[in-house]
Amino acid sequence: MNSSVIVFPGSNCDRDIAIALEKMQFKNQMVWHKETKLPKSDLIVVPGGFSYGDYLRSGAIAGKSLIINEVIKAANDGCLVLGICNGFQILTETGLLKGVLLRNQNLKFINKDVNIKVINNDTKFSNKYKKDQVLKINIAHNEGNYFTNPNHLKELNNENLIAFRYCDENGVVNKDSNPNGSLENIAGIFNSKKNILGMMPHPERMVDNLISNTDGVNLFSSLLN
Amino acid sequence: MKFSVTVTLKKDVLDPQGKVVQDTLQNLGMDNLKNIRQGKYFEIELNDTNQNKAEKKVDDMCKKLLANLIIEDYKVNKI
Repeated sequence: MNSSVIVFPGSNCDRDIAIALEKMQFKNQMVWHKETKLPKSDLIVVPGGFSYGDYLRSGAIAGKSLIINEVIKAANDGCLVLGICNGFQILTETGLLKGVLLRNQNLKFINKDVNIKVINNDTKFSNKYKKDQVLKINIAHNEGNYFTNPNHLKELNNENLIAFRYCDENGVVNKDSNPNGSLENIAGIFNSKKNILGMMPHPERMVDNLISNTDGVNLFSSLLN
Repeated sequence: MKFSVTVTLKKDVLDPQGKVVQDTLQNLGMDNLKNIRQGKYFEIELNDTNQNKAEKKVDDMCKKLLANLIIEDYKVNKI
């Protein structure tokens, strides 16, 4: 499977995701944001970081960069797109995913391992997980507080477009297990065609027991399935 | 031609930064504070001479980049 990782000035999880993809036998290429053509890709990853120093709004400038037009075209043609953390913020700024990531409710940058629950496991991104499986995945963000309008929230629930929700270690989804104030504990969402996933947690940081755990591996093996 | 653009969070969107500023001002003894909302301010200079055209351009800038219309409102003024 061919993958492309888009690199912006200020991206800082691009190497991590590349290592995770290569470990899972993806043929990966790094693509600089000034490129106007994408290499042939089955998967495009928009990685985490602080693209353009978070100027204006997180993801706002990257969301209008040259390469993004190609990402939008590819996504509309059905290519799989994964946005992690700042990548999720960028995808909402492009309109590929609806909603927005607001400042964390406690106004603090949160860097910790949290529990998330797999809500929809019937997608290209999550088929190797069990429904309601609880994963422990790192989050590291200042703007992860997902917000959207009531109609879209209804659509997310009715069309099963919520990928993950924050929960406690027993899978309980409530206010106490919500780290950032995200609407209905949402940690990741799909677009209506389910070929685009945006998520705040970092699965690429959870692919090796030596440094963390392997709860992120199945996201990548799902894509290969 | 010069315009000012103010971008603020919509009324029903929680503004935690504004809230913290308000709490801090209250701690400093500034009472009777009703509400504080924090926003962004831009000054935009254009070479255009036609005001209508220039205003349209600035409006387009707001819609395309300066404001995220899901959560933010904007106001344009000629200065």
